Amino acid sequence: MEERPFSDITYEQYLKEERLMGSRCKECDARFVPPRSICVKCFSSDMEWLELKGKGRLAAFTCITIAPPFMIAQGYNRKNPYISGVVELEEGGRVDARIEGLDPNKPEEIKVGMPLKVKYLHTEVGAKKETYLAFEPL
Amino acid sequence: MKKKRKLGRGVAIVGAGMSKFGMFKDQDSKDLFADAFREMIVSVDKGVDPKEIDALYLGNFSSDYFMRQSHWGPIISDLVGIAPKPATRTEGACASSALAFREGVFAIASGFYDVVLVGGVEEMSKRTTEEVAEGLALATVPYEGRAGFTFPGVFGAVATAYFAKYGANREHLMNITIKSHNNAPLNPKAQFPITIQDLMNKKKESLKKREGTAPEWQTEKDFLNDPRANPVVAWPMHLFDCCPISDGASCMLLVAEEIAKNFTDDPITVAGLGQGSGRGFHASDDLTYFEATRYAAQEAYGMSGLTPKDIQFSEVHDCFSIAELVHIEDLGFFKPGHGYKAVAEGATRLDGLKPINTSGGLKCKGHPVGATGISQLYEVWTQLRGQAGPRQVPAGDLRFGGAHNLGGTGGTCTFTILERK
Repeated sequence: MEERPFSDITYEQYLKEERLMGSRCKECDARFVPPRSICVKCFSSDMEWLELKGKGRLAAFTCITIAPPFMIAQGYNRKNPYISGVVELEEGGRVDARIEGLDPNKPEEIKVGMPLKVKYLHTEVGAKKETYLAFEPL
Repeated sequence: MKKKRKLGRGVAIVGAGMSKFGMFKDQDSKDLFADAFREMIVSVDKGVDPKEIDALYLGNFSSDYFMRQSHWGPIISDLVGIAPKPATRTEGACASSALAFREGVFAIASGFYDVVLVGGVEEMSKRTTEEVAEGLALATVPYEGRAGFTFPGVFGAVATAYFAKYGANREHLMNITIKSHNNAPLNPKAQFPITIQDLMNKKKESLKKREGTAPEWQTEKDFLNDPRANPVVAWPMHLFDCCPISDGASCMLLVAEEIAKNFTDDPITVAGLGQGSGRGFHASDDLTYFEATRYAAQEAYGMSGLTPKDIQFSEVHDCFSIAELVHIEDLGFFKPGHGYKAVAEGATRLDGLKPINTSGGLKCKGHPVGATGISQLYEVWTQLRGQAGPRQVPAGDLRFGGAHNLGGTGGTCTFTILERK
C-alpha cells in the first residue's frame, strides 16, 4: 500500500477519500486505529497500512445540546443537538465518531451495542472544507 | 516486581488556604490568590515569615485561553512577594494543581528546598458557557474533540457505557448530586451552599409568584427529573450532573517533615502519592473505568502501605456525577459495578461508612480547574486536623484521608493520601 506517513494528518486525508485506515505492526501484528507510527506493544516502527471495513457496534454515546463553537458553526445548538459516540469496530479497536441517522432528542431509543456502519460527513463552513468520521445504523 | 516508591525525606503540610469559589465579577486571579495566601499564612499555627519560602509551584490550566494571559508563575510569585525566587507553572488540565503539589513535594523530598508554596488558580466566569465548553474541550484527546465531544459529552458517554454494563440509571446519579448538595451548605467556601430540597422550594415559590402556579414536585428526584428545572447538557448528563463554571484559588505551605515542628505541633504528612496517564477512549480497554486513576491509586497505596479500607474519607473528582461513581470504584472503595448501590444505601454521605466529597465536591464547592487539586487537599487537611466545623466527618480519630484529582478525559489522574500522625 502507499508510502504515506502513519500520522493523524494522513488519517484525516484518508477520511476525505472515504477510507477508514489504521496501522499494523509488521513485527508483532498489533493493530491500531487511528494509526500509530510507533508500536506501543513492541516499540517497532515497522508499520503497514490496514483498511477497516467500517462496521462496528455502538460502545457509548451522548447527545450534546451545549455545543462548542466549531459545532455551532455547523448549525448545532441547544434546539438542534447532535450525537457523538465511541464505536467498537468489527476488527477490534475503537474510534470516536459522530453518530448520524438517530434522533438526538430521543436518547432513550439509542442502544449501546447497536450495529453501525461508517459514513463520511463532508462539511463546508465558509471556505473551509472538512470531513468528519461518522457512523449510522446498519 | 514493581519498585516500591518512597520520598527521599518526609514532607509535611503546615498551612493551607483557599479563596471562596464562585463567579466573581469584581475579583480577578490575583485577588483570589491573595485571599488564599492570606488564609494560608494565618493557618500556620506558629507563624511563618514568607521570606522563608524557597519556591512556588503553581497549577493553572488555561488562563491563556480563558483570560488571554499566560505565564502565571511569576505573576503570582510577585503578588505574594516571593519573586525573584523561582516560580514554576504546572499544567495537567483539571489536575494542574495536584501536579504543582507533587512537584513541591518532590522538590523538598530531594533535599533541594525546605519550604515551598504550592497553589492553583483559575478564572473562568468571564467567558460564555459555549466558550468555556470549547476551552475545556482543548484538554480532550484530539480524536474526541473532532468527533464533537465536549467534557460533559465524554462523561455522558461513560455513563451510557456504565448504565449498559451494570444496569444503573439516571436516578442513581441523582443520589450523588443530592448528597453533594447536602454537604455544601456546611462549607463556607462553596459556590452553591444550598440543598436540592431548598432549591426546589425556592423555585416553586418564584414560579408561583411569576406564573400563578407551581410545579407538582414532591421529592428531590421529581425536581431533578423535570427537564424545565434540570435541562440536558450532554445526555444523560443534565445541568445538575455537571460542576459549575468557577473562579478561585488555593494554596498550601509544604516543609520538610524534620522542620515541621517549627511551624506547628499538628503537621499533616504526605503518606502516598500516585499519578497516572490515560490514553483516551479509542485506546481504552473498557469505557466504565479510568485506567489512569487505577494506576495512580495503585502507586499511592503501594507507597503508603495502605489499602482502600484504611482511607477514612476522600475527596473524589466529581466534575460530573458519573465521574464520582466511576472513581469511587477505581480507587477501590467499592467493587466495579457496586458503587451505585453503595451510594444509594448512603455509604458516601457525611455520616456514611466512607464519606465522599465532604466539601460539597466540584459540583457544589465549585471547580476553578487549576485551583481544584489543592482545594481538595485543603479539605482533607482541614478534616484531618478536626477543623471542618459542621461538616466534620463524625468518625473521630481521623488518620488517613484521600484526594483524587482528574485532568482532561482521564489523561492525568492523581491520588494523594494524607496522614495525621
